[in-house]
Amino acid sequence: MKETPLSNCERRFLLRAIEEKKRLDGRQTYDYRNIKISFGTDYGCCIVELGKTRVLGQVSCELVSPKLNRATEGILFFNLELSQMAAPAFEPGRQSDLLVKLNRLLERCLRNSKCIDTESLCVVAGEKVWQIRVDLHLLNHDGNIIDAASIAAIVALCHFRRPDVSVQGDEVTLYTLEERDPVPLSIHHMPICVSFAFFQQGTYLLVDPNEREERVMDGLLVIAMNKHREICTIQSSGGIMLLKDQVLRCSKIAGVKVAEITELIQKALANDQKVRKEGGKFGFAESIANQRITAFRMEKAPIDTSDVEEKAEEIISEAEPPSEVVSKPVLWTPGTAQIGEGIENSWGDLEDSEKEAEDEGGSDEAIILDSIKMDTGEVSNIGSQDAPIVLSDSEEEEMIILEPDKNPKKIRTQTVSATQVKAPSKKPVKKRKKKRAAN
Amino acid sequence: MERVMQTETKIRAESGIESGPRGPGCSLRNFACEQNLLSRPDGSASFLQGDTSVLAGVYGPAEVKVSKEIFNKATLEVTLRPKIGLPGVAEKSRERLIRNTCEAVVLGALHPRTSITVVLQVVSDAGSLLACCLNAACMALVDAGVPMRALFCGVTCALDSDGTLLLDPTAKQEKEARAVLTFALDSVERKLLMSTTKGLYSDAELQQCLAAAQAASQHVFRFYRESLQRRYSKS
Repeated sequence: MKETPLSNCERRFLLRAIEEKKRLDGRQTYDYRNIKISFGTDYGCCIVELGKTRVLGQVSCELVSPKLNRATEGILFFNLELSQMAAPAFEPGRQSDLLVKLNRLLERCLRNSKCIDTESLCVVAGEKVWQIRVDLHLLNHDGNIIDAASIAAIVALCHFRRPDVSVQGDEVTLYTLEERDPVPLSIHHMPICVSFAFFQQGTYLLVDPNEREERVMDGLLVIAMNKHREICTIQSSGGIMLLKDQVLRCSKIAGVKVAEITELIQKALANDQKVRKEGGKFGFAESIANQRITAFRMEKAPIDTSDVEEKAEEIISEAEPPSEVVSKPVLWTPGTAQIGEGIENSWGDLEDSEKEAEDEGGSDEAIILDSIKMDTGEVSNIGSQDAPIVLSDSEEEEMIILEPDKNPKKIRTQTVSATQVKAPSKKPVKKRKKKRAAN
Repeated sequence: MERVMQTETKIRAESGIESGPRGPGCSLRNFACEQNLLSRPDGSASFLQGDTSVLAGVYGPAEVKVSKEIFNKATLEVTLRPKIGLPGVAEKSRERLIRNTCEAVVLGALHPRTSITVVLQVVSDAGSLLACCLNAACMALVDAGVPMRALFCGVTCALDSDGTLLLDPTAKQEKEARAVLTFALDSVERKLLMSTTKGLYSDAELQQCLAAAQAASQHVFRFYRESLQRRYSKS
C-alpha cells in the first residue's frame, strides 16, 4: 500500500510547534516515551513498547562450525524485520533502504561494540561453536524504530539462556533443559541507541521522535552508548551539518538517557527472574492488562466429549457410501500408461506432422471409449473409424461446425457414472478430424 | 474509559468430565484476547491459548495493486511470519489454509477492487498454532470492522497412540500424538470451513474429532461473544 502523504499544513503545524518548544504528545524536548518491557515463557523472548512503537525480540542458539578465520569465536547473527503490520507502507519487497540502514546500525551497535563475549561461545575450538541468532520484528511503527529495536535486542540477549554443554576430552555432551539448568550468555555491557531528530538545519532538536516528527525532520543523529558512558556507535544521517558542541551536548544527553533506560531494563529482568524462581505465572498472558476493556481472559474450560462416539457413529451410518471411481489405466508400451484423458486440443491450426500425431492419438482414444461403453450414437461412428484415417491437406478438415448451443470444448473422463456428458446431438462437434465420415 | 472489570468466566460442563470414555477430560487451555492493541493497522488482536500466542493485524479494505485486483470482490491476502528465521513452505501452506477460511467468511463482494490484508506474527508457539492463528485472525477482522457472514474459530485435536482424544494439545502432546487434526468451524451452524490433518486415523476417529471440535467451538464462540460484550458494554 502506498504511504499516505503528509499534508503541507500538517508539516507546517509540526514545525511551528517545534519552534515553540511544543510537541504533539506534550513531552519536553529531552523526554522519552514510556518504555514497557514484557517477557514470554521461553527464555530470550521479549516485547518492548516505546510509546506505541512495539518490537518483538527472540534469541535462539544452535551449534555450528565456526568461521574459518575465527575458529575460537562464536557467531552472532542479527535480523530486524519490518513486519507488514507495522505500517501500511511496509510491503515485503518495498522497504529495502530503511531495512538495510536499521540492520546495519543494529549490527554495528551490538557486534562491533563486543558487548557479548564470543570467546565464551566456543565449545570445541575449530569444530563446534554456538551461533546466537537475534530476530527482531517490528510490530507497530510509531517512530524511533532503532531505539526500540536496540532495547529489545539487548533485553532479549540478557534474558536468554543457552543449553549447558560439557566437554570431556573428545566427547561433547549437550544437556537438555530438563537435565541441567540453561546458562545465561556472558554480556559485558548493554549498548543502547538514542536518537536525536534535527529540524530547521540543526537549530532545534528532539529526543525520541515519534512518527510524525520523523516525517518532518531534516536529519537524525543516533548515538549508541552504554551506562559507563562509552560510545559504541555514532551515526548522523540526512545530511545535516552539526557543530562539534551540538554533538557533544547530544552525547551528554544520551549518557543520561541510557543510564535511565539501563536501570529500567535491569529492574524488568530482575522482576522476571524473581517471578520464575518463585514459581509464579510468567509470560505474555500475565502482561495483558486486565483492566482494559479491550482485553479479556477465560480460564481453562473443560469440554464434555462423552457423546462424541455416538455422534460419530450416527454420522458414519447415515453417510452415503463413496461413489465408485473406476480408473482404467491403458498401457501403451512398457513404461507408458494413460489414465483418463485431457481436454480437447484447442490449439487451432496445426502443422502437418502434428496433425498426423493427433490423428493417431484420436484413433487410439476411439478404442478406449469403446471399452467403457459410452451410450451415445458415436459408438457406431467410432466403430467405423477403426479403419486407417485418410489424411488430406484439405483445409476443410479444420472446420468445426459449431451449433450455437453446443460447447465445443469438453473433458473426456472415464468415470462410469450415470451422467452422460456427451449427448448424441454433440456428434458433429466431437471429432473434428472425422467430420467427413460423421457427416 | 477504562473500567475495572474483573470478569472471570468459569465454564464447566454439566456432567463429570473425568469419567468420559474418551480419556481423562479434554479441556481447552486458558484463553486471553486483547483487541486494538496496535495503532497503525485498521484492526489488531492478540490471541493467547495457554502459552501459544499470535498477534494479528488487518489492513482493509485498502488500495490494491492492479495486478492483484479482482473486479467483483476484495482480494484477501494473508501473511504469516514465524518468530525465528525466514518464512518457509510450512508458513506458505498455513497462509493458504487461513486465506481459504477467511475467503469463505468475509463478504468480499461488498468491497470490490480492494485488498484486505491479514498479517500474523507468531509470538510464541506451544502447540495448536494454526488454531490460534485462525482465532487471532477472526478477532482482528472483527476489530477492523471487515464485514463477515459469520465468525470462525480454529480447534486442534490430537489422537495419541491408544486413541485418546485431546483438545487444544500442547507442543509436547502434539509431538507424541499419532495424528493431529485442525478444524476451522463457523459460528452460525458450526459447519466445517477448513480441515487439515497430519498422521494416521480412521474415519470413525475423524468424525469423533470433528464432533469434539464442534463442542469445543461452542466455548470459543462464547469467549468471543463475552470479550466483545465487554468491549462494547456501557457499564
